[in-house]
Amino acid sequence: MAGGISYTSDETTTLSTGEVYAKMLCDLAEQDPRIVTLTADLAKSTKIGAFMERFPQRFYNVGIAEQNMFGIAAGMAKCGLIPFTSCFAIFTSCRGLDQVHTDICYQNLNVKMIGSHAGTSFGQAGTTHHSTEDIAIMRSMANLVVIVPADGLETANAVQAAVAHQGPVYLRINRGFDQAVYDNMDYGFEIGKAVQLHAGTDLTIIACGSGVFQAVQAARELASVDGVKARVLNMHTIKPIDREAIMEAVHDTRRIITVEDHTVIGGLGGAVAEVIAEGGMACAFRRLGLQDAFSPIGLHEDLMSHHKIDANGIIETVRELLQLDFEEDDDWTDEV
Amino acid sequence: MGLNLEELRRLEAKANELRHMTVDTVLHAGSGHIGGAMSVMDIMTILYYRFMRIKKEDPRWEDRDRFILSKGHAGIGFVSILADLGFLEREQLKTFNLTGSDLGIHLDCNKAPGVDASTGSLGHGLSIALGMALAARQLNKDFITYCVLGDGECNEGSVWEAAMAVSHYNATNLITFVDRNRCMIDGDTEDVMKLEPFADKWRAFGFDTREIDGHSFRELNDAIEHALKAEKPVAIICNTIKGCGIDFMAGDFRWHYGAINAELAGKCHASLDQYYQTCLEGKGV
Repeated sequence: MAGGISYTSDETTTLSTGEVYAKMLCDLAEQDPRIVTLTADLAKSTKIGAFMERFPQRFYNVGIAEQNMFGIAAGMAKCGLIPFTSCFAIFTSCRGLDQVHTDICYQNLNVKMIGSHAGTSFGQAGTTHHSTEDIAIMRSMANLVVIVPADGLETANAVQAAVAHQGPVYLRINRGFDQAVYDNMDYGFEIGKAVQLHAGTDLTIIACGSGVFQAVQAARELASVDGVKARVLNMHTIKPIDREAIMEAVHDTRRIITVEDHTVIGGLGGAVAEVIAEGGMACAFRRLGLQDAFSPIGLHEDLMSHHKIDANGIIETVRELLQLDFEEDDDWTDEV
Repeated sequence: MGLNLEELRRLEAKANELRHMTVDTVLHAGSGHIGGAMSVMDIMTILYYRFMRIKKEDPRWEDRDRFILSKGHAGIGFVSILADLGFLEREQLKTFNLTGSDLGIHLDCNKAPGVDASTGSLGHGLSIALGMALAARQLNKDFITYCVLGDGECNEGSVWEAAMAVSHYNATNLITFVDRNRCMIDGDTEDVMKLEPFADKWRAFGFDTREIDGHSFRELNDAIEHALKAEKPVAIICNTIKGCGIDFMAGDFRWHYGAINAELAGKCHASLDQYYQTCLEGKGV
């Protein structure tokens, strides 16, 4: 079994998230001959070209034909290989979805799908290349694990965990550089387990992907400016979601905000809402993300500001939420 | 090596037996995709009973030849073979399509032993088959992957994505068949969405393309033997008859999917017996 590889920020600081993914996959492929990669004319864009250079015999560029790529990957997985597909998130979750659904998820095959340029991270390309529905779509697929790493090092952890996991995985990463949340990989990444990045009892910000860094920034400012103690959870795995961490946050803080570079319908916010609704404890709740809208074009950071999923947007929502009158009651049994 | 008379007789008898079994399965299920199951039966018969290397005791043997029924709706015919080989219990065929059965219209490879891929959404099979062929190459294995598409299925763009790639990778360890029965749900393939010049399309995509009578074991045999030695991927367009062997269904697109009762099943069996005799006489068997 491949694994046991750890990088620090010193080794990855000059690498984009996609480049960290490719570096980790190459290192894992040295250990595990079952790993092969496929792309659909996106070797350069997704950075998996590095794999092509190191393992040309294990790299397949199928041209601009995503449906075919996922079908081929399924056939390869059936024969014992571990195919990694590298493609934009929008084309993984929409263009190739019938094959993703039927060939990979239904047959429960060991295919790892990397959806890059996720959310609005390829902002200037417009809605044709934004991927703001993929979490909702992919998490509805039975058998599929859905991971949205916060930065490059967490992506490296996720790639390693994806190889160790038997079954299909969707790994959603951004274009370009993510702001670093972690300076090393040794923080106990585990599929399905949220990571607390900031302690707090007044409210909880649950974030994924690029929202995580922003949530941490917001929590720090809220602590210093407002004296508000915000808990931050990095919900890197959307499925299976960490119900325990969510309900603990509801119990402890009673105010929950979710942050995602994605529509608020059905994504992280939707997943957290489902857990809370079934959990039997009331709380104040807001979902930050695209509010049932397509995004305008622009730089990623500008779009995050526009959609209020940057630190300022989160702080604004936190202040609003803290104004809400909420029952002071430690006994949750009467809430059910 | 051509088919000798004894082998030809054996295949004709087996195909006839499998068609009878399929009629019984449709009768138990109440209805089914009988037309396309009958048209593809001879292709499947020669593959499973002459060419494919499989182990009856181990349907998941890793070096086995693979078979992808891209026209997954013909599963009701395919299960006859799986039961005959012992991958399924014959009694299981009586559960086909019943609530809770492991056997539904489109077979689930995780429930039906011997099924190499869950197909049914059309236009997927050739890509999966190519993935298997490329994996064989990657893993230094010599298994052959056989893929059967329906002709109507070739309306799907993904078929041509796959065809382009089969040719690009020169996947000669993959043999592609098209069950050219000229019928689809809504009518004749040429009326619904014209496929012709069909063989030219496959040739244009880089295939060594042969057009044969898909109910002639001699022609099937020759084409497959050729494909196994060919230096570029081979597509075998098998001209077939929807509902082949059952006189009142033959060539009628309305029998893509249909219901039969005991009386009709009796007529089917009688017609299959007659067809079998005709085959033996007409083909000099």
